[in-house]
Formats: sequence, C-alpha cells, structure tokens
Amino acid sequence: MKKRIYSQKKAEYEKGLKDGAPIAVGYLSVSFSVGILVAASGMTVFQGALMSLCNVTSAGQFAGIQVIAAGGAILELILTQLVINLRYGLMSLSLSQRLSETVTLWQRFVIAFANTDEIFAVAMSRAESLTFPYLLGLESLPVFGWTFGTALGAVAGQLLPASVSNALNVALYGMFIAVVVPVAKKVRPVLWVVILAALFRCVLEYVPLFSGISAGMAIIICTVAAAGVGALLFPAGMEEA
Amino acid sequence: MIYVEILIMALVTYLIRMIPLTVFRKKIKNQFVCSFLYYVPYACLTAMTVPAVFFATSHFVSAVAGVGAAVFLAYREKSLISVAAGACAVVFLVEQFV
Repeated sequence: MKKRIYSQKKAEYEKGLKDGAPIAVGYLSVSFSVGILVAASGMTVFQGALMSLCNVTSAGQFAGIQVIAAGGAILELILTQLVINLRYGLMSLSLSQRLSETVTLWQRFVIAFANTDEIFAVAMSRAESLTFPYLLGLESLPVFGWTFGTALGAVAGQLLPASVSNALNVALYGMFIAVVVPVAKKVRPVLWVVILAALFRCVLEYVPLFSGISAGMAIIICTVAAAGVGALLFPAGMEEA
Repeated sequence: MIYVEILIMALVTYLIRMIPLTVFRKKIKNQFVCSFLYYVPYACLTAMTVPAVFFATSHFVSAVAGVGAAVFLAYREKSLISVAAGACAVVFLVEQFV
C-alpha cells in the first residue's frame, strides 16, 4: 500500500517536471535579460542569481533592480513589489481553489514560493486537482532555469545576436496565448472576459488620463475589472467548461 | 545593504503569494466569487499580453506575425511548447525580411 502511494507520488512529480520543462526553457532566455540588467546596474553575478532564486518574478525584479540602482528608499522598494506582484495574490487565491484535499498547510507554504505567471497558467490548465508532488515538480526546473539564466546573463552580457533574442522575447507571450485561446474557443464567457481584459488594458495604456498608472497596477485593475464583469454577466461560466 | 534589499523584495513577494494560499483552505461556495476566480487567470494573462507583446520585438510587423502564429497554433490546440516555439520561429523569419 505504502509502495503504491509512493509510486503515485513519483508519477505526479515526474509529470510536473515534464510540464515545467518548457517553462524552464522560456525562463532561461528571459532571465538572461534580467542578468544583463543586473550587470549593467553594478550588482555582482552572485547577487543577481540570489535575487532570482529568492524572488522568481520577472516584472518585480526588473522594477526592483531599477529602484536599487537609483538608490531608492526601502519603502519605495516595498511599494513597487507590492503593486507589481499583487496579481500573484489573485493567482494564489485562484490556485487555492484547485488544490487537492491532500495538500497540507506546510506544503502550501512551500508551493507558494514559486507561483509565477507561467507556473500558474500551466497548473490551471490541468484538468485534475493539483497535488503537492505535481506542483513541486512543476516548480523545480523553472526556478533552476530562472536562477541559472540570470547568472549566465550577468556573466556573459549580450551574447546572443539581437535577431535571436527578439524572437525569444515572444516565447512567454506564446505560452500565455496557448493557455487562453483553447479555453476561449470552447467557453464563450471566457472569450468575452479575454476581449474585455484586452480592451481595458489598451484603454489604460493609450488614454492620456491614465498615463500615470504603472504597468503592474494596470494589470491588476484590468484583471479585477474583466473578471468582475465576467462574474456578474456569466456567473455560471465555470460550469460550461 | 544590497542583500537586505534583495531579502525585502523576496519577503514582500513571498507574502503576497503565500497568504491567499494558506488562508483560503476551504472551498469557496459563493457563486460570484467562484466564477470571478475562474475568470482571473484568463483576464490576467490577457492583460499582460496585450498590448505588450506587440512591442516585444524590434518590428511591429514581426510581433503581429508571431501573435498570429501563436493564436493559430493555440486554436488548433497544439502544446504550450509548440505554440511558443512556433511564435518565436515566425518572429525570427519575419525579422530577416523587414
């Protein structure tokens, strides 16, 4: 009996590793550019890698490095992280509803550590409820890729020709599209939520009145507004999935 | 000082991720909240992609082509890695000509 449970856990962990591998590859290229920024801002390779290992967040680190380089106050550092990363709070809340009953409290403390945009997207696209071994496997390679890529970028500087790094820039967006489109195709309310979110985001981006809103804040506003309108208009949306 | 700043960043980010995941341990029953949370990932991923993706390459044209390829492949329900690789390949090819 014990042996069977162990092999189930092992299978879940391996499935997670496999699903996490493409994220790790994408992270290698993105964190490479974080590494270049680290070098340019005067931080050491070790400091850059340490920051990536314990933060695991692209937009937050980009902003954080800039605040640190500009000699910003600690309070400013806290506020930028809070605003830019607040979306993870929504994602964690969403994720909490999909966890298997077997996930314990301390296991939640562990998996919370690397609930990134891409890991969240892949986890939510899984039909089965989410187990601890699966999520642990899913997070392992991306965290390694993120840290390793930052170190590589900081050491090597601009190694890749611009044509290659430009092409790699769309990899993560491609993964987002791969998560959203198949569901929007099948579940009509999701299509409306997606259209609304894109519309709201463009309004915040291009209407001069909103030009003072940071990118992190704009993402939060658009997420809450589009998901909120969706929940008001189509409260049964998830049952159609 | 730099290590203190790195740790503060990490702590703020971790707390944001950890608190909702540990506080809400029971399934939420409220239908509005449930459907709101169901829509969150799609709204959030869209708001991060549009319009930023169109400025992620050196030419608007190659970005549009890359997005087109990604949407097409995703609509055909290809895997995450195929969609991402397809978008990158199209951007790379288009940038050779524009």
